[in-house]
Amino acid sequence: MEKEQIHHLIQKLSAQCPDLGSLRPFAGVDGNNPHGNDPQQTRQRKLCATLEEAIQRTGLQDGMTISFHHAFREGDKVINMVVDTLARMGFRNLTLASSSLLTANAPLVEHIKNGVITQIYTSGLRGKLADAISHGLMKAPVQIHSHGGRVHLLQTGEVKVDVAFLAVSSSDVFGNANGTRGKSPCGSLGYAKVDAQFAHQVVLLTDTIVDFPNTPISISQDRVDYVVKIDEVGDVSRISLGAARTTNDPRELLIARHAADVIESSGYFKQGFSLQTGSGASSIAATRFLETKMVNSGITARFALGGITSSIVELHEKGLIDILVDTQSFDSAAAESLAKSASHLEVSANEYANPSSKGAFCDYLDVVILSALEIDTGFNVNVITGSDGVVRGASGGHCDVAATAGLTIVVAPLIRGRIPTVVKRVTTLVTPGESVDVLVTDHGIAVNPARPELDTRLREAGLPVMTIEELYQRAVGLTGVPDPIQFTDRIVGVIRYRDGSVIDVVRQVKE
Amino acid sequence: MKLRRSMLFLPGAKAGMLSTAFVYKPDCVMFDLEDAVSLREKDSARLMVFHILRSHVYQGIETVVRINPLNTPHGLKDLEAAVRAGADVIRLPKTDSASDIQELDAQVERIERECGRVIGSTKLLAAIESASGVINAVSIATASKRMIGIALAGFDYVIDMQSQRGDKAEPELFYARCAVLHAARAAGIDAFDVVYSDVNDDAGFLKEVELIRHLGFNGKSLIHPRQIDLLHNAYAPTVKEVSYARRVIEAAEKAEREGVGVIALDGKMIDAPIVCHAQRVLQRAEASGVRR
Repeated sequence: MEKEQIHHLIQKLSAQCPDLGSLRPFAGVDGNNPHGNDPQQTRQRKLCATLEEAIQRTGLQDGMTISFHHAFREGDKVINMVVDTLARMGFRNLTLASSSLLTANAPLVEHIKNGVITQIYTSGLRGKLADAISHGLMKAPVQIHSHGGRVHLLQTGEVKVDVAFLAVSSSDVFGNANGTRGKSPCGSLGYAKVDAQFAHQVVLLTDTIVDFPNTPISISQDRVDYVVKIDEVGDVSRISLGAARTTNDPRELLIARHAADVIESSGYFKQGFSLQTGSGASSIAATRFLETKMVNSGITARFALGGITSSIVELHEKGLIDILVDTQSFDSAAAESLAKSASHLEVSANEYANPSSKGAFCDYLDVVILSALEIDTGFNVNVITGSDGVVRGASGGHCDVAATAGLTIVVAPLIRGRIPTVVKRVTTLVTPGESVDVLVTDHGIAVNPARPELDTRLREAGLPVMTIEELYQRAVGLTGVPDPIQFTDRIVGVIRYRDGSVIDVVRQVKE
Repeated sequence: MKLRRSMLFLPGAKAGMLSTAFVYKPDCVMFDLEDAVSLREKDSARLMVFHILRSHVYQGIETVVRINPLNTPHGLKDLEAAVRAGADVIRLPKTDSASDIQELDAQVERIERECGRVIGSTKLLAAIESASGVINAVSIATASKRMIGIALAGFDYVIDMQSQRGDKAEPELFYARCAVLHAARAAGIDAFDVVYSDVNDDAGFLKEVELIRHLGFNGKSLIHPRQIDLLHNAYAPTVKEVSYARRVIEAAEKAEREGVGVIALDGKMIDAPIVCHAQRVLQRAEASGVRR
C-alpha cells in the first residue's frame, strides 16, 4: 500500500473512532524498531565496554535514584566501584537505594561528604558509614526499611529507581543472569530480581560472560538494558563475614540449645512444619540442635525460608527439610546448593516478605528464630542501634517474618559485655513486641503474656521459663542500670515498618 | 548423694567469665586463684572471687576455690577470703601428704571460728599432682572430716614422673587414676579426673570421659563450658538403664513395705549396692535426662 493511502486510511479511522488516539503508519520492517534490524548490532547492543559508557547510555542525571543489592554482603565490589565512578563523572545529589549496606561500604562516607549521595534508603548500615551517619553526616535522614518493606516502597512509588546497578556472577550479552554460575557465585539474586522488575533502567555488572542463553535465568533479558564486564563482582569468601557466622561460643550454643528446646515443646514442631533461622550465630547454631530432635522424632520440615545457610543446607541434604526457599544465600554452601538442588528455590524479596505482595512465603511460616541487639519488657526489639546509640545493624526480614510466623523466637544473650540486652524500653523500635512470642537468653526463657498457652507448654516441658520482668531484674542485678544514651534532637534515621509506616526514628548521638 | 560430675575451672581474674559462667550449670564451679592467675593479678582476683561468692548468682552450684599453696605469700590470704565469703569447698593444690590437709583444716577451723561460720561447714578437696601425693592418697583422703573428694591433676604429675602427656590413650596416668580412685572409695569421698585441654577435640574428650566413667570417677575437672553438656550427657544413663533402675527401686520399696528382707527382681537377688547404684542412675537421669 502506498504511503499516501495508509495516511488517508488512518485519518478516516481517527474520524470514525476518535478514542483510538494517534496511530502511526507502517514504515518498513525496521522503521519503528528502536534497536534496528542488524543482527550483529541487535545482539551486542547491551554490551558496554566500560561502566562509564553504560552510565552515559542510561541517561542518568543529577538528582536521580540509583539502586543496588547486597547479596555479596561484605565481599561486594560493585556498590563502591559504581559510586566512585559516578563521583568521577561528576554526578551529584543522587539517592542511593540499596537493599542493604555493610561495613565494606565505608568509602560511601566520602561520597556523602562530597555531595554525590544525598539520600539513602537501606535495610541496614554498619561500620564507619553507620557511625558517621549516627554522628550527623547526612542532611536527610536515612530511611531504614525491612526487606519486605523495601518492595512495598518500590510498589507504592516512594522509591522510584532510575538506574539499578546489579552485580551478577554470570550473564550473557543479552542480560540473562544468575548468581550461581561464574567465578564469584553469590547464590540467590532475591533482592536484585526486585530491582530488575521496578527500575527504569537496569545495568548488569558481571565478571563472567557466558554463551547465550545463560541458564538458569534469575534475571531475564527482558528486564535488562545494559551489560558491563568488570574484573571482579565480589569476593564470595567474605559473604559469610559479619552477621552470618557460625559459632563455638559456649554461651551462644547454650542459647541455641534452648531455642531448639523451645521449638520442640512449642506445639509447632510437627511433621511438615516450616522454619527460618536468622543470620545470628545462635539462630544458625539452633539448627544443629534441631537436627538431633528431628532425627530422633522422625519429624521433617516442608520448607526453610529466608537467608539460607550451610547448616540449613545440611539438613536439606540429609532429607530433613524438603524445600529451601532462598532469597539470600549466606555462604558458599548455600550458593552451591542453589545451583545443584532442584528443591532449592530462588525467590525474590517480593515473594519472600512483602506485606502487599500477592503472595509472600513468610505468610506460610511456622517458626522463626531471630536475633536482637535489645529487647524490652514489652518484647519490642531493636536490631538497628547498639548500646552507644550508634547504628550498627540491619532491619532485614526481622519485622516481616516476626509479623507472620506462627512462633517468633528472639534469641539474645542477657548481657553483652557489661550492658543488659533486656531493657525497659528499646533505644530504637524495629519489630513491635506484639509480633514476638518467646525470648530465649542464656539465663532463661520468657514468653509473651499474650501467649499463655505457649508459656504453659514450655513450663510443662521443664524449660527454664521466667517472666521478662524477672530477666530484666536479673540483668540489671548483674550490671546495674546503665546511664541513658545521650542523643541530640536531630533525626538521622527513620525506621519504616514493613507497611511503609514510620515506627521510630534514630537520633544523632551527642559528641 | 551430691552429684559432682563437672567441675568448671574459672580463672579468678576474668570478671567476664565470673559474672556469666553460672548459666552453664556445672555441678561445681572452681574459682581459680592459683595457676590461672598471674602474680600481678593475685590480689584483684581474690577480691573478685570474694565478691562473686557473696552474690547470689551461683546459687544451686557448689562453689570451690582453688587457693595458692599455704607456703606461698598468697595461700593464707586466699583462704581467709574464700572461707569468709562462704565458699562451699576449698581445693588445695599440690597436696603431697596428710599433713598438708591437716594444716589446712586447722586454718579453716580458725577462720570459721573468727568469722562466725558453722565449724566444719567448709569442705576440702585435695588435688594430687605428684608421685608422693599418689602414694599418700589414702592418708590424704582420710586426713580430715571435711574432705569431700580428691582430684588428680595431670600436668604436674607427669612431669614429676619424668613422663609426658603422650597420645590420647594416656597410659602415663593409669596408675595414678586407679590409686586416687581407690583412695577416694576407701575414704568414702568423690574422685575427679584431670582436665582435657584440647577444647576443640570433642571426640577425644568423650573417649577420655568414657574411660574414667568406666573406672568409676565421679566426674572431671573442665576448662571449657562447652564440655559440660558433653560430660553430663556421657554420664546420663540410657533409657534401658533408667527403666531397670526404676524397677530395682520399686522392688526395693515393695520388699520394704512387705517387710521382706531379701529383694528379688526377675528371679535374681538384689542387694544394697545394686539399690544404691539404681538411686545414682535415677539421680543422673533427673539431673540431665537420658543419654542422647
